[in-house]
Amino acid sequence: MSAARTPALRIETPEGVVFSLRLASPVLRALAWAVDGLVLAAAATVIEKSVRVFAMLGTDWATALQVFLYFVASMAYAMAFEWYWRGQTLGKRLFGLRVVDAQGLRLRPAQVVLRNLLRAIDFLPAAYLVGVTACLVSRKGQRLGDLAANTVVLREAKLLEPDVEQIAPVKYNSLAAFPHLAARLRSRVDPEAVRIAVTALAMRDGYEPAARVELFGELATYFRGLVGFPEGAVEGLTDEQYVRSAVRAIYGK
Amino acid sequence: MILDLPRFVTTERVYWNDLQALLDRLRLEPNWRMSIPEIERLHYLYERCSADLVRLDTFATEPQLRAYVESLVSRAYAEIHETRARAGKIRWGALIGAFPRAFRRHLGAFRLAVGLTLAGCAFGWFAIRVDPDAKAVLMPFEGLMGSPAKRVAQEESAKTDRMHGQKASFSAQLMTHNIQVTVMTLAAGVTWGVGTIILLFYNGVILGAVAADYVGAGYGQFLAGWLLPHGAIEIPAILLGGQAGLVLASALIGWGERATRTERLRAVAHDLLAIALGAAAMLVWAGVVEAFVSQYHQPVLPYGLKIAFGILEMAALTIFLARVGRE
Repeated sequence: MSAARTPALRIETPEGVVFSLRLASPVLRALAWAVDGLVLAAAATVIEKSVRVFAMLGTDWATALQVFLYFVASMAYAMAFEWYWRGQTLGKRLFGLRVVDAQGLRLRPAQVVLRNLLRAIDFLPAAYLVGVTACLVSRKGQRLGDLAANTVVLREAKLLEPDVEQIAPVKYNSLAAFPHLAARLRSRVDPEAVRIAVTALAMRDGYEPAARVELFGELATYFRGLVGFPEGAVEGLTDEQYVRSAVRAIYGK
Repeated sequence: MILDLPRFVTTERVYWNDLQALLDRLRLEPNWRMSIPEIERLHYLYERCSADLVRLDTFATEPQLRAYVESLVSRAYAEIHETRARAGKIRWGALIGAFPRAFRRHLGAFRLAVGLTLAGCAFGWFAIRVDPDAKAVLMPFEGLMGSPAKRVAQEESAKTDRMHGQKASFSAQLMTHNIQVTVMTLAAGVTWGVGTIILLFYNGVILGAVAADYVGAGYGQFLAGWLLPHGAIEIPAILLGGQAGLVLASALIGWGERATRTERLRAVAHDLLAIALGAAAMLVWAGVVEAFVSQYHQPVLPYGLKIAFGILEMAALTIFLARVGRE
């Protein structure tokens, strides 16, 4: 359900497998940029304090070193981190964002340099107005630097294995006592309906009470219509408990 | 039909964990060279996980599991299908040769950058000769607003070193500012070239206006002595930034080319990088020369010597760009 609302980059591999990569929103990118700004501000302070050591050579040389080092740091910060951390700066890592090639391939050094050099244009006239506008207009959420370097910024998926217990945390499933009926339910059920039921169970505490009763009522009617379990197995089950038990039975628990 | 999910996860988890471990190692050790059996194993695991993803799409809809397997497949895809060579150690010799080669590959764009700057020069020259009061609009920089005669008299008769105690910091400021200008000229190419054209023309206008102001007042020799030592490198560097901007614009527009925009941009990305790095290196040199040489005039440094130095630099740059890196 959330996938439908989140802009994604769909890639079809030569093997015919389709996968999608979630694109980062401009808001998250702005937050990551703000963190990177703070890192650079900290770097400026460190540079300022460090070059004081060179003051014995004269304030002129110390100032020159400070100007030059800060310039190098501000130009190279994102490039260096995005290269060594494969598309992440500190800010991007904090918010789970990553720059990748728009074809899903590895990021190349030339791409890293180009997208960061073009920040000069994306930043105009102030606070990345051009870049944000380009992001909002672009189908792949690309600022001009991304467009030229053929890169996109993704929101990384967290690698969590599925937790069937979290979906249906009941210890005893009365429907599981009838494996032949559970198998029939599995063979008849529409995967889309299971997806809706799983999502509804996962988000059940966020619903308004009336809406929750109505939603699980409709889902229970659908599942009950597919397979008739014996009266004793379903006696006393609310609609929500029935849906939960049905999902567990479908997933073999 | 629905998958027996727990059994499916139990059976396949070992392969997913295996693939994840390989991908994590590749991420942590970018220079890791895999052996043939390791590559075969990666390929097998990628294909197995791809098949799992297809099964999940067809028979089950547990979103968290799908996202997990999809993430593994997308990461493995990047490793399996990447055909371009991995970046190894930086070879400085190759890097130095890459800059002039990139320059020569896009000579047409450089000529266009020169043409646009010369057009701007002509406009600036004409504008100042026709209307000297336009100076305040065309070159609104404090150092250029005054009369050339007054400046020349002041600087030639200076008894003390007016740059004393600020040469190094002035040099650093010049380097960073000029590199920013050059980067902007390159980056403006992403506006389908419009921004680069405007910047090149405007740079030309300033140059032409300054030349008209000083030559018109009879200080052509002072102007050449002041500008040539650093300008012989700085102006070509900005033109190189313009060249890169025009190359970028050309790749975006892709007149009469059958390749896709992505392919066109990929084809020029390394050249843009080489030109940008080359121009930046040139501007570091130009910054040093401008602070330590250009600001000193006759009698401290004779104009003839400064002009000869500028010509020598220009000749060396021409030879470098024309000859170095030839196969």
